[in-house]
Amino acid sequence: MALLQIDNLTVEFETSTGWFRAVDGVSITVEKGEVLAIVGESGSGKSVSMLAVMGLLPWTAKITADRILFEGKDIQKLSPAERRKLIGKDIAMIFQEPVASLNPCFTVGYQIEEVLRIHLGLDKKARRERAIELFRLVGLPDPEERLNSFPHQMSGGQCQRVMIAIAIACDPKLLIADEPTTALDVTIQKQILDLIMSLQAKNGMGLIMITHDMGVVAETADRVVVQYKGRKMEEADVLSLFESPKSNYTKALLAALPENATGDRLTTVSAFFDGNPEPAPEAHA
Amino acid sequence: MMETKSDIMTDNTMLEVRDIKRDYELPAGFMKPKKTVHAVKGVSFKLERGKTLAIVGESGCGKSTLARMITFIDEPTAGELLIDGKKVDTRPGHLSHEMRQKVQIIFQNPYGSLNPRQKIGDVLGEPLAINTKMSAAERRERAAEMLIKVGLGPEHYNRYPHMFSGGQRQRIAIARALMLNPKLLVLDEPVSALDLSVQAQVLNLLADLQDEFDLTYVFISHDLSVVRYIADEVMVMYFGEAVEYGTRDEVFSDPKHDYTRTLFKATPRADVESIRERVARKKAASAA
Repeated sequence: MALLQIDNLTVEFETSTGWFRAVDGVSITVEKGEVLAIVGESGSGKSVSMLAVMGLLPWTAKITADRILFEGKDIQKLSPAERRKLIGKDIAMIFQEPVASLNPCFTVGYQIEEVLRIHLGLDKKARRERAIELFRLVGLPDPEERLNSFPHQMSGGQCQRVMIAIAIACDPKLLIADEPTTALDVTIQKQILDLIMSLQAKNGMGLIMITHDMGVVAETADRVVVQYKGRKMEEADVLSLFESPKSNYTKALLAALPENATGDRLTTVSAFFDGNPEPAPEAHA
Repeated sequence: MMETKSDIMTDNTMLEVRDIKRDYELPAGFMKPKKTVHAVKGVSFKLERGKTLAIVGESGCGKSTLARMITFIDEPTAGELLIDGKKVDTRPGHLSHEMRQKVQIIFQNPYGSLNPRQKIGDVLGEPLAINTKMSAAERRERAAEMLIKVGLGPEHYNRYPHMFSGGQRQRIAIARALMLNPKLLVLDEPVSALDLSVQAQVLNLLADLQDEFDLTYVFISHDLSVVRYIADEVMVMYFGEAVEYGTRDEVFSDPKHDYTRTLFKATPRADVESIRERVARKKAASAA
């Protein structure tokens, strides 16, 4: 049984010009202990599909799916209360902007202890100990001191570590990382990715890595799903994706990498879409 | 022999920075003494006309402060700045119009650097209105020409920034910077906020414009793959100092400083060989 199985997920938003389909019939499965990367550009629906799983989309969004099974249970059929018990505990998410996703009004210690209180019901002393343990695990210096810090007193990399600590606080079975390193420096990115991967290997979590960075995909994924404009373009294991991409879009993405540049010019994705009914990425404005 | 060579080079030098420094003073608070932050601690380099210098480093290393000094937004605490062979008087109020026209900057975030209530035509016309005596009709014509040069169309003249995608906005920012025919363009992470495919388009555009207008670029980036693609010379900054400076090939093939090596090692690699290695490693680990 797959850890997470999504069949035919469609997410639509109502706009002034009618319904806009952000995710169009996407099916994804993640096994236990597997690292799945979802790659795509902005607007490809990669984040939206995972937000739909988390139930974090606004009520205006229309979500339809044949099945969203987590450990065999359909998430869609859960009551809101049951769902809240699952989300944040067994399924956790790391967001892109660490500084923006932490509450500026509370200390990071309060924010991580809140999770421990609600999901695990630990008492005050146990919460504090566990929080310190988690901070140490994610490599924050002086964890005891750090608990009393506010997000603005920490750097972006440190905030992301706090986010990761919050996400793994309840030993989730599935961790969704939405562009976890996009806002960070390369050296910090390396540390954070190493951290996520070592936690993943240690806890045997399923991990969904949402990213637009082919480098991050190459360094982390077992299997890759390529999305474009809400549709799944290709699904392959990481090696065959880079070695012999099947879809034109994936080929275009790989060719647009500066390190793959041949001669003076970079191949652009729109160059690949010439003669293809798909519109070029910039044509919509 | 070396002498003559460097003489010829100075002839063709667009930008020269001599031991430039910038300190920020943090005001004293209650029971807290005044503190000085040395953001840039004495950086020197020379850049030839038509070449691209890439400045690499992590956030807080002073690369943006350096960019702000080169574009006269910040005044250096010490050191000299020579542009086109002329020493620049960077004191506030002493800067000539010509100098301001020669140097332009493009910012990282095209969503933040365009006024949401200003039409694109006005965005492009404003530098001309301030710095030249052109008539409105002339300005309009120039703006329309520039739109075409950066891959947009005259029909975009009357639109507002929110109607454009990130890549298009960055094109607008580039067009605005080029309106005054600058010689030196400082690009502060111009493609970091863009998607991979759009990034390729903008990098191509920058390369074309460099050829067409004989522009000199100071290209600030943290993305080594982009730097490797676009730069002629590379400078690596770390805590306000230039720890590595040389031609692209020198820096990439034989990094001298430890930090540069760390940086190279941290950059994710997307070639098939390293993926194969990683997959094999993982298999071995899970089998054990």
